[in-house]
Amino acid sequence: MTATASPRVAAASARPAPRPPSDRLRTWATRAPLLPALLFMIVVTQLPFVATVVISFFDWNALYPKDRHFTGIDNYRQVLADPDLRHSVWTTVLLTVTVVLVSLVLGLLVALLLNRRFRGRGLVRTLMIAPFLVVPVAAALLWKHVLYNPEYGLLNGLLHYVGGPQPDWISDNPLLAVEAALVWQWTPFMMLILLAGLQSRDQQQLEAARVDGASDWQIFRYLTLPHLRRYLELGGLLGSIYIVQNFDAVFTITSGGLGTANLPYTVYQSFYQAHENGLASAAGVVVVIGSIVIATFALRVVSSLFREEVSRA
Amino acid sequence: MRTQSRRTPRALFAVAAAGTLTTSLLAGCSGAGAGGGSSAHSINVLMVNNPQMVELQKLTKANFTKDTGIKVNFTVLPENDVRDKISQDFANQAGQYDVATLSNYEIPIYAKNGWLEPIDSYVKKDTAFDQQDILKPMQQALTAADGKLYGEPFYGESSFLMYRKDVFQKKGLTMPAHPTWQQVADLAAKADGAEPGMKGICLRGLPGWGEMLAPLTTVVNTMGGTWFDKDWKARLDAPEFKKATRFYVDLVRKHGEAGAAQSGFAECLNDTTQGKTAMWYDATSGAGSLEAAGSPVKGKMGYVPAPVDRTDSSGWLYTWAWGIQKASKNPDDAWKFISWASGKGYEKLVGEQAGWANVPAGKRTSTYDIPQYRKEAAAFADVTRDAIASAKPNDPGVQPRPAPGIQFVDIPEFTDLGTKVSQEISSAVAGRQSVDDALKKAQQLAEAVGKKYEGS
Repeated sequence: MTATASPRVAAASARPAPRPPSDRLRTWATRAPLLPALLFMIVVTQLPFVATVVISFFDWNALYPKDRHFTGIDNYRQVLADPDLRHSVWTTVLLTVTVVLVSLVLGLLVALLLNRRFRGRGLVRTLMIAPFLVVPVAAALLWKHVLYNPEYGLLNGLLHYVGGPQPDWISDNPLLAVEAALVWQWTPFMMLILLAGLQSRDQQQLEAARVDGASDWQIFRYLTLPHLRRYLELGGLLGSIYIVQNFDAVFTITSGGLGTANLPYTVYQSFYQAHENGLASAAGVVVVIGSIVIATFALRVVSSLFREEVSRA
Repeated sequence: MRTQSRRTPRALFAVAAAGTLTTSLLAGCSGAGAGGGSSAHSINVLMVNNPQMVELQKLTKANFTKDTGIKVNFTVLPENDVRDKISQDFANQAGQYDVATLSNYEIPIYAKNGWLEPIDSYVKKDTAFDQQDILKPMQQALTAADGKLYGEPFYGESSFLMYRKDVFQKKGLTMPAHPTWQQVADLAAKADGAEPGMKGICLRGLPGWGEMLAPLTTVVNTMGGTWFDKDWKARLDAPEFKKATRFYVDLVRKHGEAGAAQSGFAECLNDTTQGKTAMWYDATSGAGSLEAAGSPVKGKMGYVPAPVDRTDSSGWLYTWAWGIQKASKNPDDAWKFISWASGKGYEKLVGEQAGWANVPAGKRTSTYDIPQYRKEAAAFADVTRDAIASAKPNDPGVQPRPAPGIQFVDIPEFTDLGTKVSQEISSAVAGRQSVDDALKKAQQLAEAVGKKYEGS
């Protein structure tokens, strides 16, 4: 890239005439290897999205094939007016914020511990990462049957052993039950990112602070935390994007009952149960727009805060 | 450099976007591509991946293809995916698949849409198939509103009450031969806690039109309720519907399994197998698992017909059946396949090669006369046959219905309506809202659907 850029800059400053064809050919030659990847990206991500947008303007129920027709923004109006859907938006927000914050805090604590040297650290680290490697639907099944089940689950089994009460975990706290399962799965992810951050700290700086008489808490508050900010942002952002889309936990643990239906589950329901292709597409498009808005907003706010911090320091 | 490199992708994207429209239209026309093309003597079959179908797939080549020379290309998918794929292919009449597995919920709807080939003429010609042997309610359930037959069952089920004979004997309880729901509720109270950790009864509470709503709707039917009256007025807030729902919710809350709001067929099967419940009201197919080799409750179970209140019988009816796509180019070969798969010979073949417990039963009277099958299924064979034979898909309750169906209302909207209503009632099972509140919301949902049909 730099090789092609420098002669062109020189040429452009010398005379603003059209570039010789050989130059254009060369830039194309450098780009050419990227084209298949770009094309592939467009085919697998952009084309389905455009198709979804088109379908979202149709009244299209799979079981009424003769009634398929263009309805303009009717589907969108219905999506925004449906109380179930509005409730599922709120559930999604609640679920995402709780899971991301809790797993960030837990991830930070675990990362700080794992950043110390001790015997068997490699083994502990592998064990800590394991939950993230479990297939999401398998993890949800594990929580539903092996842990929460009031008849044969581990939690009530242990409680029974010490003579405690036998709560019905999911029915009593449905959203909390889903959140706990997701936190378990996402804490390792946060931990990994934060651990990478911790290990990229400047050791000389830490030593200098210690020589200056800074306490452990001061080092954490004024050196480690500002340094980790970028990693926290990254973890929070990636975590939010994935958890907004989470389907497995809700589908498996509660089947969308007891007020735990989030947006992806509601979209699934309108597609698979109601066969409303148009309505489901419209809901899907709304989810994408919402994610883009939130992601943009979050990125702007968070990174501007970061810039302030730097300029203040 | 930067502005330069940006310009080209944008142009590329515009081209790609234009291409999308054509691609999606093409995809819409041809249906999703899979399987081989249909030549003179090969058919494409799309089916759900239940164990009985997987067995069929294994046996086809060495038997059906060997005898007839017709090659069968199978596409086997999980239930949700198969429904999606079938509705795509059949809605477009793409003709990709000649035969598909459809349930008795879908067959009348598909037939009404003109997606299925009527099979009366094939059945009449094929005397070896012996249509008279197919259980009557099955035939009714697969006959559409126009009076033509559109499907042949592969296997079927109804619902009945399963209970622990040994526990009942120990507690001095007797199960009536034809129990009423009130008797069952009393027995559940008495059997509750008969053994440490044992509950009185297991009833589904998991949301889903095919989960909790199936048993609940049979209770509603027999207690005099209905989803819609014959003029499509929603009746979920009627006293009978309320009484039945309250009865169901109270019973499962007082003497039912723990975690009821997350318990479906699989969970109740688990509870029963592990001795966590004294009774279980569910699908007749559950008995096969309870009596399987290695089951801790094998031989300890008793089976009686579905409990009733105001009707004589209340069991549901469900079947996976074969339907031929109207646009199929090989309907003759397709029928030959159905005739083989749903025929008497196939049941015998499975019995001999895979064991009599694996026979796709619940569709033919003659199945229940096979000595080897009777031996294997002694505990539940007769009750199962009677349960299916006494099901009335067109008249399951005490009043005329606007659409067929026992544990469902046979309209396309029901999967969505039923699932949403079941979520409300599941909330009541969990004790998070009252039955009245749940049914108030459910009534509004049902009214919206009923309006579409009023006056039709």
